[in-house]
Amino acid sequence: MKSHEIKAAQSRCRRFRRRILAISQKLPALHVAPAFSCLELVDSVYFHLMRREGLHPDTFILSKGHGAMAQFVVLEELAVLSSEDLEKCCQAGGRLGGHPDYGVPGIEASTGSLGHGLPIALGMAAGDRESKQERIIYLVMSDGELQEGSCWESFLLAPSLGLKNIVAFIDYNDFISRGRLSQNHPNFHPLVEKVRAFGWDVLEVDGHDHAAIVEAVQGRSRKSPAAVVARTIKGKGVSFMENQAIWAFRSPTPEEYQIALAELKEAP
Amino acid sequence: MRDAFARAIYRATKDHDNIFLLVADISPAASLDAFRREFPSRLIDTGVAEQTMVGMAAGLALRGFKPFAYTIATFTIYRPFEQVRDDLCYQNLPVTLVGVGAGISYPSLGGTHWAQEDVAIMSALPNMSVLAPCDPAELESCVLACANAKGPIYLRLGKAGEPNLTELAPESFHFGKLRRIKEGSGICLLSYGPIMKMTLNLAAEIESRSGGSVAVFSVHTLKPLDREGVARVLHEFSITVIIEEHSQCGGLGAQVKQIAWDSAARCKLYTFGLKDEYIHSYGTQDDLRRAHGLAPELIMKDIL
Repeated sequence: MKSHEIKAAQSRCRRFRRRILAISQKLPALHVAPAFSCLELVDSVYFHLMRREGLHPDTFILSKGHGAMAQFVVLEELAVLSSEDLEKCCQAGGRLGGHPDYGVPGIEASTGSLGHGLPIALGMAAGDRESKQERIIYLVMSDGELQEGSCWESFLLAPSLGLKNIVAFIDYNDFISRGRLSQNHPNFHPLVEKVRAFGWDVLEVDGHDHAAIVEAVQGRSRKSPAAVVARTIKGKGVSFMENQAIWAFRSPTPEEYQIALAELKEAP
Repeated sequence: MRDAFARAIYRATKDHDNIFLLVADISPAASLDAFRREFPSRLIDTGVAEQTMVGMAAGLALRGFKPFAYTIATFTIYRPFEQVRDDLCYQNLPVTLVGVGAGISYPSLGGTHWAQEDVAIMSALPNMSVLAPCDPAELESCVLACANAKGPIYLRLGKAGEPNLTELAPESFHFGKLRRIKEGSGICLLSYGPIMKMTLNLAAEIESRSGGSVAVFSVHTLKPLDREGVARVLHEFSITVIIEEHSQCGGLGAQVKQIAWDSAARCKLYTFGLKDEYIHSYGTQDDLRRAHGLAPELIMKDIL
């Protein structure tokens, strides 16, 4: 990525964070921190990796559906969703809820319960192979999501079926609802070796570094499906939200909102 | 039924270039040879991974395919229940879940292999249809209906050796309609799936004992249930008997009773199904049915 592209992406993500916070002010609770954690991943997929045009565009699935706001603000930026859609998020008369819903423009699978995205991605990849369409299926999973057995079924199966066109990001913020994943479930680690042992091409990146994300994915082997273990910070971008489990599902107070906005001001 | 399914899916796939067959290590093996030979890329074995089988079926359907996901009934729908609900029903995708060995078709394998409450559970899901053919010919009609369906279907099959019971049926198969498979008057038996053979035997015994004639209907479409057809039956016959190899909680019997109330039916109505119990008993399928109270002589004692 060129430096002006990186700057633009960083600025866009600051704006996205401010937008998510503004929406949170209308609601008693919103998954703010989970969206901030994966924002650069979602942004990189849509703006730098995905082929969005043509007869057979690539697919994006937000398997960690509770990060929905990250996808919604990107779809608003792309004019797939309207500002009114986002203003009415989680409200009567709106068509967006707290999780992505199939049937809403830009949403290719309903998620919200964890462990569903990867099996669906395998099915899509098998279908694309049958119809001889070169389409990549990108998905963002959470690290806590990997505690679901269905993920490991699919990790095990995809390489056996020879399915290659899957890029699965793992939003590795080390937080689950009850605190640190590494403390609550120490045997979750090491993760990279586990997924690699299942036959995946595993890449490690800083999940808030656009250039690192894009370059890692572009440089993948393409001989097997790819998993990108992205080290992230839950609540990234707002100091008092970072690495605090409570912000998984909460809206800031008006005072907290002002502090957060100040931290997310455009760099001079 | 397994062989009949293999033949039917093969024929349907010859006519529809969008069918996929997914299996989870269980398949109608030998009889699938033709399918495997002609459509190798459209047969996927996920291994013992039913959640992934159903999730993949959803992904294929999202790409425009018509997948059939096949394994033993309990594994088809119970293990991956949330995939069935969220991926298939919530998204309303045209996936057929094939459950083989429904009811107590695996009498010697124990409760882990008995789908005795599957119709109730699948019927509770919005968008889901439930089909339970009574013989191989009806199964073939069901598979064609599934291949043309717009939403998810649970196709409930027996295991093996079901004879053809509908060759002389006065009515043909129509999705969503009751099917009269034997004429009669006075008494009417409503049944579905692999217990139909016993139901027809019961009809013959009632006729030889009472001298009257007994009508038999195959309720192959349990959801959407033909409510008007059921109401007509309740008014046409003086005695209606429901026989099902399924729990009485949420089965056909409970639904027919609702319809009887709603339509102010005046007939006598008897329902026979599996007990609301896990019975730790083995033997043949008939032995196990009898342990649940499902045997011609036990039923006759109640209704005659």
